Amino acid sequence: MSTEHLVSKAPQGTPRPDHGDKFTMLLAHADDNLVLSQRLGELISNAPELEIDIALGNTALDHLGVARALYTYAGKVEDAGRDEDDLAMFRSEREFSNILLVEQPNGDFAHAIVRQFLFDAYQMQLWADLAGSDDETIAGIAAKALKEASYHLRFSSGWLMRLGDGTDESHVRAQDAADELWKYTAELFEDSYSKLQTGWDATVRSAFDEATLTIPTDTYQRTGGRSGFHTEHLGHLLAEMQWLQRSYPGLEW
Amino acid sequence: MVNTTLLDEAAVARALDTVVDPEIPVVTIADLGIIRSVDIDGDSINVTITPTYSGCPAMRQIEDDIVSALRKAGAVSVEVETVYLPAWSTDWITEEGRRKLNEFGIAPPVAEADVVCPRCSTGSPRMVARFGSTACKALMVCSACGEPFDYFKELH
Repeated sequence: MSTEHLVSKAPQGTPRPDHGDKFTMLLAHADDNLVLSQRLGELISNAPELEIDIALGNTALDHLGVARALYTYAGKVEDAGRDEDDLAMFRSEREFSNILLVEQPNGDFAHAIVRQFLFDAYQMQLWADLAGSDDETIAGIAAKALKEASYHLRFSSGWLMRLGDGTDESHVRAQDAADELWKYTAELFEDSYSKLQTGWDATVRSAFDEATLTIPTDTYQRTGGRSGFHTEHLGHLLAEMQWLQRSYPGLEW
Repeated sequence: MVNTTLLDEAAVARALDTVVDPEIPVVTIADLGIIRSVDIDGDSINVTITPTYSGCPAMRQIEDDIVSALRKAGAVSVEVETVYLPAWSTDWITEEGRRKLNEFGIAPPVAEADVVCPRCSTGSPRMVARFGSTACKALMVCSACGEPFDYFKELH
C-alpha cells in the first residue's frame, strides 16, 4: 500500500497519550533525550575511532542537557515538588513515555548512526516547531536544542553517507540497520506530531538517496512508547541507570 | 561579622570578572557573554546566566563560582538563575574574549573557512574532528605548521 508519507500511520486501537497536556509533553521529550543519552553513553570506548567516541559522547551530553532542562520545567509545571532527578530516576518503565526508537539496544556502528540520524531528523522538525511555542521556557529550550540538533544531524547524516555509499560491507550494515529500525518511526508522528512528518520525509529521503540506501518498504510498525508500552529493552536500561539513586536516594556527587 | 557594605554595580562587576570558564580558564564568563543580567538589591544579588550548550558540564561549577565570588565581595544572598531564551551564540563572545582565546591557542569562533591557526597565523587549516575536547570546540590541524589546535565552533 502506498501512502503519501514514507511511513504509514500507527495501527488503530493503540492507546494514545494526551499530547495536549504540557507536563505529559515535556516528559515525553525529556525521556527521549535521556534514554538516547544513556544508549550513546554505553557506546563510549566502543566507537570505531577516538574522534567518533568523542562525538558520540558530546552528542550524549547535549541530549542529557536537554533532558535536564525539560525535566526541571516539567517538575515546575506539575507543581508537586518533583525535581529533575525525581523524574529521571524514580519513575518506572511504564511511566516512561519515550519513543521506542531511542531505547533500542546498541548494535554495530551503522545501527548507532541510523538510529541517531532518524532521531536527529525528527528533533530538527520538533525543535523548529516548539521554538515557536507561546510558552517562553519551552521556546527557549527548543531554540537551543535546535542548534545542537543541526550539528548532530550533520554528523549522523555524514556518516550515513559514508557507510551507505562506502564499501559493500558498510552498505549492507547500514541498510540492515535501516530495515531493523524503520518499524519504530511511525510512532514519531502520532496525533498532533503528524505535522512534523513532511519535513522529516524530505530529510530522510534525500539523505538515503545520497547514501544509496533504500527506504524500507515493510509497513509493519510498532508503537506504544509514548503511552508507556515499551520493548523489553527499556527496563534493563532503567535498571542500570536508576540503580544508584534507588539504592541510595538523594545521593549527590 | 557580616560585611554590611552595600555592593554597587562596579564592585559586582569586579567580582564577576574573577569568575572564569572552568574548562577554558583564560576567559571570564563575561568574556563568553553568558551573563544575561545582574540585579542588585542591597546585599542581595540575582544573576541570570545562559548555557553555551545544553549539556555543558561547566554550568554547575560556574554557578557555584558566581555565588562564592559574590559572597566574598560582601553579598549576603546570591541567586543564580539559568535562562534559555534568547539562545546563546558565539556572537556574544567579546573582542577581548576572542583575543584571549587566540593567545591561549584556541582559534576564536569565525566561519570554518576563515579559521586562522592560532600558533602560526596561517589560514586554511583542515578539520580533524567536529567534536572536540569540550562541547564548544572542534579539532583542526594547521596546513602550514602542522600543529593541531582547538577551534571554538561558530554557533549562530
